[in-house]
Amino acid sequence: METFLMYIKVFIIGGLLCVLAEILIIKTKLTSARILVIFLIVGVILEAIGVFKYLKEFAGAGFTVPIIGFGSSLAKGAIEAVNKEGFLGMFSGGIFKTAAGLGAVTVFSYLSALIFSPKSK
Amino acid sequence: MDMPTGDQFKQQNKVRNKKYTDYVELVSPKQTTWKSLLNAFWIGGVICLLGQVLFDLAKILFSLSDDIAQTIALIALIFITALLTGIGVFDKIAYYGGGGSFLPITGFANAISSAAIEFKSEGIIFGLSSKFYTIAGPVIVNGILSSFIVGLIYYIIGLF
Repeated sequence: METFLMYIKVFIIGGLLCVLAEILIIKTKLTSARILVIFLIVGVILEAIGVFKYLKEFAGAGFTVPIIGFGSSLAKGAIEAVNKEGFLGMFSGGIFKTAAGLGAVTVFSYLSALIFSPKSK
Repeated sequence: MDMPTGDQFKQQNKVRNKKYTDYVELVSPKQTTWKSLLNAFWIGGVICLLGQVLFDLAKILFSLSDDIAQTIALIALIFITALLTGIGVFDKIAYYGGGGSFLPITGFANAISSAAIEFKSEGIIFGLSSKFYTIAGPVIVNGILSSFIVGLIYYIIGLF
């Protein structure tokens, strides 16, 4: 039952965030890269002020799968690394924490491009 | 007839551009706003739900910690996106989903894999590799920069 309730929350929160992105696309005509950067920085700020972990507790993947989750990981990595390693952490932390995702996206996209050819639209 | 002077010319240009934009607005197909919002909602919701299911599976099947299970779930979503982009299915999802497929990590992965596939014809190094992060680059650059700033703030706070 608890899992089921969680799934409902994930669906609704994830969906609402995407509606927000869609509204930005329709109303402001911002380019897609800009909208991604805006949500990313929102995630960074939410993590930096310590709010994100409560959001994650509330709706799990509803917050971590949208790009704000990526921003949160970047900030979280930097904070953890600074606390552990000090000075160098602010350079390494964000990249370290998100390295697995960046590595995966690079490898899989590369392979996908080697295997498949552009589809005519 | 007098040739229009600089200012007049600019004025005429402005009027003409306005007319043109209005015309484009008039003839371009409109997806009704409510419908596109609804599509963004359910497609975005389903993608996040899939992420949560993958997270729970990774956590229960391999008894992983939350952090690692979350990373695995994201990597799985990235893999699915790269595959769907390759076989041309993701384009269709993105067409209906709009913000729904584009805000989750799938949009980020799709931006990279579609650029890679598209520019493959210009060569592996100067096409595929150099255009790899064309769209996703701003996210990575600004992400690293802002994580540095957060780290710097926490470092300074930690000094006192």
